[in-house]
Amino acid sequence: MFGPHLHQDTRGIRVRLLSSRRRHPAAKALLLVFGLFMMGALYSVIAPPAQVSADTGNSQQIEEGKALFAVGCASCHGLNGEGQTSGTIQGPPLAGVGAAAVDFQVSTGRMPMAKPGEQAPVKPNRYSEEEIAALGAYVASLGPGPAIPEPAEYTPANLSAEDLARGGELFRTNCSACHNFEGAGGALPNGKYAPPLIGLDHKRLYLAMLTGPQQMPVFSDEVLTPEDKRAIIGYLDSLHEQPSSGGLALGGLGPVSEGLWAWIIGLGSLIFFAMWIAAKGVKAK
Amino acid sequence: MSEDTSHGHPGTEVATVDEERYPVPDPGLEEHLPRLTDVDEKAADRATRQVATFFGLVPILSIGFVVVYFAVPGDAWVDFGPLRANSRNLLLGLTFGLALLFLGIGAVHWARKLMDDKEMIDYRHSAASSDDDKNYVLTELDKVVDESKITRRKIIGRTLLAALATILLPMIVGLADLGPWPTKKKRAETIERTIWAPGVRVVQDVTFKPIKPEDIEIGQLINGEPANLQELHGSEFQIEKAKAAVIVVRMDPNTITIPPSREGWQIGGILCYSKICTHVGCPISLWEQQTHHLLCPCHQSTFDLGDAGKVVFGPAARPLPQLPITTDAEGYIVAQRDFLVPPGPSYFERDSRHDSP
Amino acid sequence: MAEPAATVNDETAVQAQTPKKELGPVFKLAGGPTKWLDDRIGVAGLSRPFLRKVFPDHWSFLLGEIALYSFIVLILSGIFLTIWFKPSMSEIEYEGSYELLRGLQMSEAFASTLNISFDIRGGLLLRQMHHWAAAVFVAAMLTHSLRIFFTGAFRKPREINWLIGVAMLTLGIINGFTGYSLPDDLLSGTGLRFVDGLIRSIPVIGTWAEFFTFAGEFPGELIIPRLYMVHILLVPALLLGLIAAHLALVVYHKHTQYPGPGRVTGNVVGYPVFPVYAAKAGGFFLIVFGVLTLMGATMQINPVWVFGPYNPAEITAGSQPDWYMGFVEGGIRLMPNWEWHIGSTTWSWNVAIPGLGLMGLFFGLMAIYPFVEAWVTGDKSEHHILDRPRNNPTRTAFGVAAMTGYAMLWIGGGNDLVATQFHVSLNSVTYFLRVAVFVAPVIAFLVTKRICIGLQRSDRDRMLHGAESGIIDRAPSGKYAERHRPISEGEAYTLTQHEDLPALLPATDTDGFSVKEIKREQRRRKATRFYFIDTLRRPTRAEIEEAAHHHMHPMHLSGDGEHHAIEAEVEEEHHLAK
Repeated sequence: MFGPHLHQDTRGIRVRLLSSRRRHPAAKALLLVFGLFMMGALYSVIAPPAQVSADTGNSQQIEEGKALFAVGCASCHGLNGEGQTSGTIQGPPLAGVGAAAVDFQVSTGRMPMAKPGEQAPVKPNRYSEEEIAALGAYVASLGPGPAIPEPAEYTPANLSAEDLARGGELFRTNCSACHNFEGAGGALPNGKYAPPLIGLDHKRLYLAMLTGPQQMPVFSDEVLTPEDKRAIIGYLDSLHEQPSSGGLALGGLGPVSEGLWAWIIGLGSLIFFAMWIAAKGVKAK
Repeated sequence: MSEDTSHGHPGTEVATVDEERYPVPDPGLEEHLPRLTDVDEKAADRATRQVATFFGLVPILSIGFVVVYFAVPGDAWVDFGPLRANSRNLLLGLTFGLALLFLGIGAVHWARKLMDDKEMIDYRHSAASSDDDKNYVLTELDKVVDESKITRRKIIGRTLLAALATILLPMIVGLADLGPWPTKKKRAETIERTIWAPGVRVVQDVTFKPIKPEDIEIGQLINGEPANLQELHGSEFQIEKAKAAVIVVRMDPNTITIPPSREGWQIGGILCYSKICTHVGCPISLWEQQTHHLLCPCHQSTFDLGDAGKVVFGPAARPLPQLPITTDAEGYIVAQRDFLVPPGPSYFERDSRHDSP
Repeated sequence: MAEPAATVNDETAVQAQTPKKELGPVFKLAGGPTKWLDDRIGVAGLSRPFLRKVFPDHWSFLLGEIALYSFIVLILSGIFLTIWFKPSMSEIEYEGSYELLRGLQMSEAFASTLNISFDIRGGLLLRQMHHWAAAVFVAAMLTHSLRIFFTGAFRKPREINWLIGVAMLTLGIINGFTGYSLPDDLLSGTGLRFVDGLIRSIPVIGTWAEFFTFAGEFPGELIIPRLYMVHILLVPALLLGLIAAHLALVVYHKHTQYPGPGRVTGNVVGYPVFPVYAAKAGGFFLIVFGVLTLMGATMQINPVWVFGPYNPAEITAGSQPDWYMGFVEGGIRLMPNWEWHIGSTTWSWNVAIPGLGLMGLFFGLMAIYPFVEAWVTGDKSEHHILDRPRNNPTRTAFGVAAMTGYAMLWIGGGNDLVATQFHVSLNSVTYFLRVAVFVAPVIAFLVTKRICIGLQRSDRDRMLHGAESGIIDRAPSGKYAERHRPISEGEAYTLTQHEDLPALLPATDTDGFSVKEIKREQRRRKATRFYFIDTLRRPTRAEIEEAAHHHMHPMHLSGDGEHHAIEAEVEEEHHLAK
């Protein structure tokens, strides 16, 4: 690139300064560094703008996250996320939960918990996307854990009927035991519950499977692959989109609600008819 | 006043109305009051029109049913408030249902408003037969027995009874092939064994993907099956699956109790248990990763997987069987052998008191 | 009669008296065929006793009809379903029109159910009508038997009909269970798994019964076809036979009636079968049919395509059987985990007691109650006038207590849904119900008995003091009093038409009876005291007269207007009858 170039012109001393040192021992190393620097700069100019992500290498984001953490999370999880496992105020250690767990817990409003309890209920979220990303970056810095997935991972697109059917099988094998056949939710011991899955966005579903929030088990990507997770999400989408063919869905709680309506509407209306049939009626006198 | 309540059945009597037993005497049937439609011709005409209308709507609805049956496609949906349903089902049911309902309502309305509604009296007879009948039957039965000569030749009666009793035997024994007989040998081949064997890989259910320990995180639950289940089909597949289904969980070894005899059954906190509840056999997947409790949704039996599958709540009486696992040469999780105790519900012939470690 | 009265034996005279009526077109048309039939099977003779048979009219008498008509709907819709259903457990790959199950392995039974739901026009409607009808059928039978119980219609001579009813209730529940297990979906398959475990746990014969039921291990390949046979052949045949017997007995005994003016034990007052009763009953059949069809059109039930095909490794949270099995489900959930180990055997009481014991207890208690009450009261007369529930407070209280116990078990069957819907702990619900199942019926018994006695008191008040008129008088002294007006004779008669069943003191005249017989009688008398000691006695004629004089509104107690001297009823001790 910088081959010998004899100029008779007035560029003068600077060119000669560089070219006269072209065989300097440091020349090759410096050249390499310069080349790398140029490539990096070129790439950062051409590459697409990154989404707000928990970039663990971004120390400013981590600092921001740490500050947010100190205010909103440290009272239960400890100033360094080391956790508190005794006393009335408890919070598990956060090393290894990853940015994905933070995204799930904070964006659904579960964290910060308003008061100690068996289960963190969903409530309105007070943090912006950037704040959540910062918190995620900080927590991820405490120990490596699952990262926030890309949209392509959690968006069910181009799934065939067979894929959706397989998603259904996976759902009924792994999920319906807690969340019910329709995702209407279910009971856990001692007042805890598996929440309903109806109307939840894809990312949230994916994050829950990936991170195993609170009592929910973890379904790691190595075992329940991203394709499997997408199939499950796609199945839930189709299931909840499709109309209930037979009429009013009656709550999706199975035979208990069906029995209730059989008595109230079925027997109830028929008893009203019976009362009408046998009524003496108005008499004229 | 003792009425003749023997209408139509001479000689029978029922308890008559007894003045002394009832402090207030029977005032008799109430005066029959006419309905509006009995006295007012306009009201009667109105009621007639109403009945005719109800009946008149039925043909319209019946034809409507036929039209819907052929004209409405099977994938049309109706979206109306809380009702998001199949149009054809809804319309077929509405037309037919209302047709039936109107026909019925019309008939009842006719009866209530227009038909003569004077109450009638009928008289009861005693439920018991008349003395005449009883005497006749007893006398004739006597004759029947005499004519049959059975009293004289008693052996006929005795042998007849024995014959009748035993003729049932072929019919009962004929049902003995209802199913295979669960003898000790048969039980050992069926309910006391599963297809798990040394070296059989634990694979994920539905996808049959084999599993490596490093793929599993603490707090993870995997619904698993034996890899050789894929070779089976149909009824055999279902039967073996109903016994061999397992769950694999990973827990922090510091937080669980592993009995000494089971130290070698796990891989660094990864344990494998039967998925089949020991109460009545429902598959259990509801695992709380923090408490390590496994809750069966059928009848709420709860097992502590961090303590050798002990029962901590609910009606199950037997701990959850654990499958000993290890890794094979390629690093995938495999079973060391079949279950040491039969998975699933208890039964009479097997003493389950030693199932806990 | 315009002509002079002819003698009864003069046949020609009888003929001439038969009015020649102008017959309408329908009758004219039907005349020919009817004569043809009559010539061969004597139609007129057959229909004569029934043509104008009398049936009393009350809405509570129509509950049995709801059950009967639902059964007819079940038969009709069931026949439709059998035309397409395949009762086979052979595995096939689904290629039908429901996308979300495309390509999955499933049994033929499940696939044919999907076919009926999505590819046969009207199939889903008929499936849903059938299932709603089944739920309403059992509900109606239960409500009907409660009406029979609380009004004492099971007393002599109707005990056999009561037993037939208990049998039909049992069969109805069995048929419901076998029916919803036929599609081989995840929910009902889980139920079958439960039944498999239940059968296996029966002491001594468990594994044998299990292997005989399933033709080997669960699930095998024969259980669905076997349940199909039971569901469409065995149980319906038994039910049809029992229904015929049940109705025949109702016709033979004639229907009971509520107390009222003109109604005595020896008669039945009501409307004739033709035209009124036929129109009302026929109309009601169409109404029941219509309501069930409308339910099948608008309310989804048992959406098996969402449950998916049965897979022994899959389950759903909130797994419950249909409502009529709920009490057994509750018993199984609430039962503590008792298991005995004797020698080398295991006795699984945790499953056997609620699984078999509860059903046995429920139907057993229902079946023997009429005989228990008959023994207690020693009453051997026929009863055709119904009891008002308040007049037998102990029986009513027993009934309500039984309903309460049943309800506690029912709630137990849905304890996980109670936990999620009401945000309470699942475990607490279970512990609470374990106690409530025993305590709540006792409380219900005491409360109901007191309510009944209170109602009896208010009846007595009405009898003696009349009805409250809402008009308040103020006496010159300043005292307020409400004016009462006398109740009608009809009501007075109705309020006192029941019998006083006495609470008996222990027998003293015991000569000539064996020790065993004496002990038995003393026990019976103790039972009468338990049953009737709190019950109010009807006011006597003397009391009524006295009260009437007191209120200065003379009541006419007998048709001739005279007041007869009434001897006060003497309380007699009942002696042992020889």
